[in-house]
Amino acid sequence: MKKFRFHPCGNYHERYSQELTIFETDFGRFWLCIGILFLFFVLPFVSSPYFLYVLNTIGIISIAAIGLNILIGFTGQISLGHGAFIGVGAYAAAILATSLGVPFLLSIPLAGLISALVGMIFGIPSGRLKGLYLTIATLAGQIIIEYVLIHWESLTKGTMGITIPRPNIFGFKLDNDQSFFFVIFSCLVSMTWIATNVMRTKFGRAFIAIRDNDRAAEGMGIPIFGYKLLSFGISSFYAGVAGALWAYYMISVTSEPFNLGLSVEYIAMVIIGGLGSITGSIYGAIFITFLNEILRILTDILMNVGVFANAGLNVAPLREFFFGMAIIMFILFEPRGLAEVWRIIRSHFRLWPFPY
Amino acid sequence: MKAYRGKPSIFKSNNPDEKKVADLEVRNLSLNFGGVKALNDVTISVHNGELVAIIGPNGAGKTSLLNCITGFYKSQKGRIFFNGKDITNLPPHHLVRIGIGRTFQNIELFPGMTVLSNLLLARHNHCKYRISPASLFLSSVREEEIRHRRVLEELIDFLEIQAIRKKKVGSLPYGLMKRVELGRALALEPALLILDEPFAGMNLEEKEDMVRFLTEMNQAWGQTMILVEHDMSIVMSISKRIVVLNFGEKLAEGAPDEVRDNIEVIKAYLGDTGRV
Amino acid sequence: MSFFLQLLINGLSIGFLYGLSAMGFVMIFKSSSVLNFAHGELLALGAFFFLAMITWAQLPIAVAFLVTLVGCFILGFFIERFFLRPLIGEHLIYVIMLTVGLASMFKGIMLLVWGGNLQTYPEFLPKFLSIQWDVINIPPVYSAAIIIGMIFLILFGIFFKYSSQGIFMRSVADNQKAALSLGVHVQRVFALSWAIAALVAGMSGIVLGVINGINVHDLSAIGLKVFPVVILGGLDSIGGAIIGGLIIGVLETFTGGYLSPSLRDVVPYIILVFILMVKPYGLFGLKEIERV
Ligand SMILES: Nc1ncnc2c1ncn2[C@@H]1O[C@H](COP(=O)(O)OP(=O)(O)OP(=O)(O)O)[C@@H](O)[C@H]1O
Ligand SMILES: [Mg+2]
Repeated sequence: MKKFRFHPCGNYHERYSQELTIFETDFGRFWLCIGILFLFFVLPFVSSPYFLYVLNTIGIISIAAIGLNILIGFTGQISLGHGAFIGVGAYAAAILATSLGVPFLLSIPLAGLISALVGMIFGIPSGRLKGLYLTIATLAGQIIIEYVLIHWESLTKGTMGITIPRPNIFGFKLDNDQSFFFVIFSCLVSMTWIATNVMRTKFGRAFIAIRDNDRAAEGMGIPIFGYKLLSFGISSFYAGVAGALWAYYMISVTSEPFNLGLSVEYIAMVIIGGLGSITGSIYGAIFITFLNEILRILTDILMNVGVFANAGLNVAPLREFFFGMAIIMFILFEPRGLAEVWRIIRSHFRLWPFPY
Repeated sequence: MKAYRGKPSIFKSNNPDEKKVADLEVRNLSLNFGGVKALNDVTISVHNGELVAIIGPNGAGKTSLLNCITGFYKSQKGRIFFNGKDITNLPPHHLVRIGIGRTFQNIELFPGMTVLSNLLLARHNHCKYRISPASLFLSSVREEEIRHRRVLEELIDFLEIQAIRKKKVGSLPYGLMKRVELGRALALEPALLILDEPFAGMNLEEKEDMVRFLTEMNQAWGQTMILVEHDMSIVMSISKRIVVLNFGEKLAEGAPDEVRDNIEVIKAYLGDTGRV
Repeated sequence: MSFFLQLLINGLSIGFLYGLSAMGFVMIFKSSSVLNFAHGELLALGAFFFLAMITWAQLPIAVAFLVTLVGCFILGFFIERFFLRPLIGEHLIYVIMLTVGLASMFKGIMLLVWGGNLQTYPEFLPKFLSIQWDVINIPPVYSAAIIIGMIFLILFGIFFKYSSQGIFMRSVADNQKAALSLGVHVQRVFALSWAIAALVAGMSGIVLGVINGINVHDLSAIGLKVFPVVILGGLDSIGGAIIGGLIIGVLETFTGGYLSPSLRDVVPYIILVFILMVKPYGLFGLKEIERV
């Protein structure tokens, strides 16, 4: 029988292949299996519709956040246009589904590809620009795409938005939170796995090299412009898929949500989750979604307290405030994000009861 | 793991068609930065299997010349040929692909990564798999990764850096960083290896090791090299041919003895005091 | 023709305001290379603070103005001391996102205190400042803005060229480490530049508030308009900010007048991308030398 591997207290690998695994131990792999079983066979059946809605939101957001983390956390290209790319994906899916009648299973990856294409076009400035200049260029990209989404009325129906019919897969109609749950989380799990794989091959290494020292990366034979574009492409592909899922899930798309604020929110997620960590992106998505939901519930309660009801309190300013505060707190106190917090907790338990 | 003191496989050309040849020719190269003439009408050539040293006082344009050859600077005039092909102003990554590898004067390693990951980066062009199998991490990808790991381990053994392969580069002493950078340049499997001051900031012992590596590579395995160095004793002892630059111009060229006795060169180094 | 002139005048006046707003932004970038995404919120804070001083504290205009400037100065100092100083030397994204976080917090606070509606100052500028000449009609606020803007511009010029703090700032902007090793008190320089920048921002906020009324969303949107302006002028050139502002302002009104009003808001960003691709350091910015 295979010997199970727990945390060794040294490097006892006997083959190079053993250093290529995602999990260091069978223990980690075991928990992942349990987690996935729980995710697919328990959660959707015990959760209330509201909680399922929250979970679905987290799932969709996580996909886009992973994409952004590939771009920012791994490749070091700070983009303020992610919200717009998600929007492109959402509109692409909506248009494909309504005007062209493309089936669900096809329109999701197609929307991803369209978004990837747009992302790569707006990534072209990265060939000449670095650091904050590139950030400003992507800011312009965000605003330009937003403008196009609103004003290209023949295609996007302007501010009216597009309504999408409920999709079905193999004759199975996706019309409730539960059925969407399976679709969304299958996407999330497979796309997380793919991202993890890409990041541990030469592509991921090239991205990290570009982030850390682009000149040396070039000296290692890495065509940095090509890889920056690739990173923009992958990142906006993830954004596009997330946008498409969102469009189907929400039944209708308008351009409103895909503004600069959304882009900023995603960067916040990535930082709070942990730059350069695929799983961190998911933690960040969970954090921000919960923050939003908690604040909403809180304001709802406060509104009923009377004193505040007269003051016309609404969720927007509170959200702005706590959102800003969360970003600042994480940057100042745990810049490596929740992924790092999680690592510390884990190693703490692993070593327990010894303090080191 | 057994220590490996043989010829690393990157120096073995098992396929005679793929035999690494390096013939570099720089013709009348000029490079200006605004008013500064960094290079002026420089012509040099490097033949297969040679170790050519380039020396010159600070600011002579040595690094600029290397940067032109490796594509980091775009020259205004002149041509560069590599194995008969015009490579003037090609981008650096392209030049790496056709066999020009280099180290940098101010170490350009990735300080946050381990030594191994640094070396692995240099295998970029030798990893042939595409993104779709990579995204699924198919077994072909896994095997290729393992193959590269094996190549790197040989290099690690050759450079005697086994003990630090899992250490973060940022935490290493300067001399070892230089050695890692050499390793990284070698991992590119360059036909022409360009070294910009590989001995800078090293103590005597480290210099001795480095000299050993360079001579073994050059004399036993026929690695073609260009070496920029300030330490005259090393340059004089390991190179067969020396090119002297001063104020962007080629001052002299020849065997170590000729260069040592060249009056122009002595003037350039000691200043024109009238009494040579 | 008179339509053209009117557009030109409008454009120039809007552009001047953009330039004025951008000055503080450039100030911060020049000394600490920080891209301040909270600039619009700083403008708004200045405007609201002034409003509070005249309506709530009932101070006379001149005193309220001075108190506001002092308040902004202290705020800028405070921001640098508690939020940005810990990040000196950190990666760009943290610095950017910190200012984004600040922007969000400030915006939340302002919305909580003053709400999202448009507010206005009571009329206080003297009439003699308004200039009327043929079709050209310059309301008093603009004259006041131009005078104040000019004064600040000249002061900054003198400050950066001749005063030791100004020279320190330039040295810090050029190379933090080198400046540090020469004994320049880098942190004081940063604090000072943030304080001055906040002060200028507050002042611009007041001017904008007088002209357009005070509204959190509008004022913080100006913070985004600043980007095309400073990129056009060169991120590190204060004079360039004004000129960039004028150009962007004129282009905006002309597109609005001749092409389509909806294009108006996006045109600056199209120009921005264009400028970045052709001349990334703007019209007046300094090119960085990169050596291998
Ligand atoms: N990117 C650049 N921009 C402007 N001037 C440059 C640049 N790179 C090099 N120079 C100038 O070109 C000249 C040659 O510099 P180079 O670095 O090639 O000298 P070097 O021979 O390598 O000197 P050292 O021995 O100090 O390394 C110098 O005057 C230098 O200032
Ligand atoms: Mg040099």
